[in-house]
Amino acid sequence: MEKISGSQAVIKSLIKENVDTIFGYPGGAIMPIYDALYGYKEDITHILVRHEQGAIHAAQGYARASKKCGIVFATSGPGATNLITGLADAMIDSTPVVCITGQVHSSLLGTDAFQETDVIGISMPVTKWNIQITKSQDIPNAIAKAFYIAKSGRPGPVLIDITKDAQFDLLNFDYEFCKHIRSYFPFPIINKKEIKNAAKEINKSKRPLLVIGQGIILSNAENALLDFVKKTDIPVASTLLGLGAFPNKHKNYVGYLGMHGNYAPNIMTNECDLLIAIGMRFDDRVTGNTDKYAKQAKVIHIDIDKAELNKIIPAHYTIHADAKEALNELTSVVFEKKHSNWNREFEILEKQELNQVIYKSIKPKSGKIKMAEVINLLTKKADKNTIVTTDVGQHQMVTSRYYKYENTRTNITSGGLGTMGFALPAAIGAKLGAKNKTVIAIIGDGGFQMNIQELGTIMQSNIDIKMIILNNNFLGMVRQWQEMFFNKRYSFTDIQNPNFIKIAEGYGIKGKKIENRALLDRGMDQLLKSKGSFLLEIICEKEENVFPMVKTGCSVSEIILK
Amino acid sequence: MKTYNITVFTENNIGILNRITIIFTRRHVNIESITASDCEEDGIYRYTIVAKITESQVIKIVNQIEKLVDVIKAFYYENKEVIYQELALFKVANSSFKNQKINSLLKNNNVRIISVESEFVTLEKTGSSEEIKNLFTYLKPYGVLEYAKSGRVAVSKPMRNLKDFI
Repeated sequence: MEKISGSQAVIKSLIKENVDTIFGYPGGAIMPIYDALYGYKEDITHILVRHEQGAIHAAQGYARASKKCGIVFATSGPGATNLITGLADAMIDSTPVVCITGQVHSSLLGTDAFQETDVIGISMPVTKWNIQITKSQDIPNAIAKAFYIAKSGRPGPVLIDITKDAQFDLLNFDYEFCKHIRSYFPFPIINKKEIKNAAKEINKSKRPLLVIGQGIILSNAENALLDFVKKTDIPVASTLLGLGAFPNKHKNYVGYLGMHGNYAPNIMTNECDLLIAIGMRFDDRVTGNTDKYAKQAKVIHIDIDKAELNKIIPAHYTIHADAKEALNELTSVVFEKKHSNWNREFEILEKQELNQVIYKSIKPKSGKIKMAEVINLLTKKADKNTIVTTDVGQHQMVTSRYYKYENTRTNITSGGLGTMGFALPAAIGAKLGAKNKTVIAIIGDGGFQMNIQELGTIMQSNIDIKMIILNNNFLGMVRQWQEMFFNKRYSFTDIQNPNFIKIAEGYGIKGKKIENRALLDRGMDQLLKSKGSFLLEIICEKEENVFPMVKTGCSVSEIILK
Repeated sequence: MKTYNITVFTENNIGILNRITIIFTRRHVNIESITASDCEEDGIYRYTIVAKITESQVIKIVNQIEKLVDVIKAFYYENKEVIYQELALFKVANSSFKNQKINSLLKNNNVRIISVESEFVTLEKTGSSEEIKNLFTYLKPYGVLEYAKSGRVAVSKPMRNLKDFI
């Protein structure tokens, strides 16, 4: 057998795992790997980002758009520490990402050598698994294990740190896919008795409510969910990351849950007699005050991560299972039912929200442009396969409320961690992960500046991203809280912005600034029809608040409309 | 709040102890004692962790420990469900033994003399932390030059076979 270097083994292993795209940034300790990559330019596209945080968010966007693992290369020290935010984001939002970092020569470990940092220690709480490789022959197995762990069970980020000597040293290359790790149990075996008990409760229920999360998407359970709902006629509400898993226009879809979610599903959480939670983890932004959350209801909780069961909301029936398997099992044993009256009760509440909040937000008669009317216009004009990435803040909540997601894997946002700066690099990754889809990044003026350097990546790699900045010249969500809970003391939320159009121009990206409602429609057309990337900056109402809202400490049924 | 004994069986990989303690640290739970050793199965490591927490906390912690890729299985037990011991060593100056009372003290407390050096004697006591603490109090007046105690080691009363989980 011919011997190859550790670096060659890294690239060959990635090719074995069907990797065709890597997001990264070279540096001293990862130079041998970059040197090996140079020989595989035909097989692997490397996207040179402008900051390692951009690389990992792009890898997340890629993973969520393509169902594949996102791959990141970064060097030691600052290269590795710049990944931490993205690792934490991928961890909490269950995104499969494989990061490979270079490390100093193994003889220098622990000596405070140049660009040496304990990346294993630092990344331990924010990775599903990580490992440091100091011997070249350990590289293929580590990579095989990394892919298996990142993708199986509840997906998550993994990190492999490879010392420079391990990259140089020779090994006999033999690649074996990882199929089993004796201490790791990612495929729970479904307990038929639990299914039977849950089905009994579903059959008995007169007012059942389904709350779905990203687990539906991650387990490819979208069709299984449709079948289940077709048979049971149960209303379906979605978490932020679940948006897109169930078509918005479906007659059983009752809306988006949580702090800025829709009125009906929040109110009905405390009216239903059975809450069926699938692939979601009862985040505090979804539950509001847990002491007053669905106390009247029996709870069925289905999740592939056993640690999520009974973590926040105690369930009467827990099913530790893959969402798709559990749904298929349930569908085969539940009775066919109609819940017409119960579904109608949601419509009444929905009308209240329409009249009191939605109409005046999407069709304001005067004043500056409102975020909701922009998103409403976009949802009418955009193709339903369009991928929408959002950042964090008011624009994110407004998009989640007003954009009608009809297809799975079209919503890419930073949910659990709430990472500003996510949307732009995530859009880059999403476009590369789904090349035939339009990708629109909707971002606030604050968040846009948190990874604004990635415009350079868009320029160099000629990636087609449609960008919308909803600019209210404020860090809007914090300002809203300051208005509501801190006596309007706008402490450092008034942000001075640059000329975004000129910045885009500097990167060779066309753009347009819209301040006037009358020009909005045309601007949107220009964005959607542009060849290549385009930046649409829309000047919005400065002090607009997002409603409805479940205030901190309140129950979901205490949701306010204004 | 109760004292719980958490036993964790893991692969022998670098950093696993850190991974486990992070779970306690994140929840602001103090670990009272921790011991690591090999166990009845070759190549598998065993941690015995003692913490004062509520039952709902211990369940969540054990679930999160089990979620770690390198952890094979974790269990939690109340004190009554385990047989447990700790070990303490006391370094006492030879001159202290001039007082005859110390000999009966050692006998009554099942203390073993494990080494006699030119200047000091090393005493060993195994027992509960309470017994060890009491012994330390008794010995103090005679002069204790050094005192060191291990964490708790425990075996469970319920019959289970680790092999079933591998």
